[in-house]
Amino acid sequence: MAVILDFAAQAAQMFLVLAIAPLVLGITRKVKARALRRVGAPIWQPYSDLWKLLHKEAVIAHNASWIYRAAPYLIFAVTWVGAALVPTYASNLMFSWSADLIALVALLATGRFALALAGMDVGTSFGGIGSSREMMIASLAEPAMLLVVFTVALIAGTTLLSAIAEAFASGQHGLRVSLALALGAFILLAIAENARIPIDNPSTHLELTMVHEAMVLEYSGRHLAMIEAAAALKLVLYFSLLSCLFFPFGMATADKSLAALGLGLLAYLGKIGVLAVLLPIGETAVAKMRVFRYPIFLGGAFAAGALAVFLLFVSRSF
Amino acid sequence: MRTLAFDVAHLLAGGMLVLSFVLLYQDRISATLNIFALQAIVLSMSVAWQALIQDAPHLLATAAIALVVKGIVIPTALHRIVRRLGIHREIEVVVGAGPTMLMGLGLVALSILLVLPVGDKISILAREDLAFALAVILLGLLMMITRHNAVTQIVGFMSLENGLILAASGAKGMPLVVEFTVAFSILIAFIVFGVFVFRIRERFDTVDVGALDRFRGERRDQP
Repeated sequence: MAVILDFAAQAAQMFLVLAIAPLVLGITRKVKARALRRVGAPIWQPYSDLWKLLHKEAVIAHNASWIYRAAPYLIFAVTWVGAALVPTYASNLMFSWSADLIALVALLATGRFALALAGMDVGTSFGGIGSSREMMIASLAEPAMLLVVFTVALIAGTTLLSAIAEAFASGQHGLRVSLALALGAFILLAIAENARIPIDNPSTHLELTMVHEAMVLEYSGRHLAMIEAAAALKLVLYFSLLSCLFFPFGMATADKSLAALGLGLLAYLGKIGVLAVLLPIGETAVAKMRVFRYPIFLGGAFAAGALAVFLLFVSRSF
Repeated sequence: MRTLAFDVAHLLAGGMLVLSFVLLYQDRISATLNIFALQAIVLSMSVAWQALIQDAPHLLATAAIALVVKGIVIPTALHRIVRRLGIHREIEVVVGAGPTMLMGLGLVALSILLVLPVGDKISILAREDLAFALAVILLGLLMMITRHNAVTQIVGFMSLENGLILAASGAKGMPLVVEFTVAFSILIAFIVFGVFVFRIRERFDTVDVGALDRFRGERRDQP
């Protein structure tokens, strides 16, 4: 019986992230439209978009190989697994032993690799330039991400997400500059990884600036639906990771009663909602960067991450 | 051991270090001055906190000096100088922001490695303050090296001096007269700098110190 309940809790988390992902995207789009004094599409629009795309015919280029056809499903699967592993409303779920921060980074990197391959597969110049830029961003973002991981792991003493969330939720680690720096670095990275302004504009098709859109330009129908869903899931993944690592308050930890789970769920949805509102407001306040300024942006994230690790070393007692 | 006193001191000193990095990174002159003022304010908070936890009321005087002189007077005066020079909207090209940041990180690592061997002979709080202060000093030096504009070089020097005060506040029993002397000499240095900047401008029509190189007479390639 207990096993079934555990499994149900894990499955609930899996389908929760999948269910709310388009909604989160819809909220960010709506808030952004309002910030720009437009009415904007209803927040349910991404669901309709996905439904429409799933029922459309997929047009495939003549010279597309199996990579092109397989990549959307791989990207979607990898991102979904990642999003389902991050503790959302409760820690210590059934598969939480595999929710390791480094494994998560590797999962996301796999998805990105598949996307870059798919971008280059058909051989259009846009796909190539998109892949090249994506790889540049990745090569800058991943070291910074690992430094953030090191910071959090050094403080909590583990890389297991559940254990980290529990350790931080208990409040025993006090006030840390390192964590604040890691949070700053993580926010910069999340912006870069989710292709948001100032790194990339998710709603443009202007060929000079696009990164993510350039790679998926050739996709249509169900393939595009998979990629769009994966992008929405990735946003939810980063939001969940942010709230799990830095604001794990309200999460159901030891107490697995229905009330605690409900409270955890409400807290999680509240946190995601706040982030989904804050992101477009921040996006509206800044301008898109030139491609050649990306290293400076992500270098800032790297410096903050490295500083966080250094500060940890200086305050350790030997 | 991990008490609130330690955590707040860690936060403030760490904040100073972070602001040093922001100074190194920032290329707008007005923003640089604002960040410098912010660093001085954080310094005064840090020193005031040290006064509280060390039970040393004379450090409060140091904090007040830091707040008034370096948090308010000098940034305001620098803002006026920059405005009068007409460069307040100028964007300074920081040579190689990436390598500079990496070098800065290296310097932070160096200062931590230098202070760590002290071990448990001094309190962890003093050791940490020392490491941060050394890093702030080195970053101020780095800023003086990498900048071409005379005004931002002055900011680098002043931020170096912030580091000195931080180091002094961590060590117990620094006499008040030293504090006053340092603050006074900083003001004098600032006045000298101010006059100097205007002289450079008068002479060379720019505050880019690169223009001075031609007149040094020690470069071999230009006899």
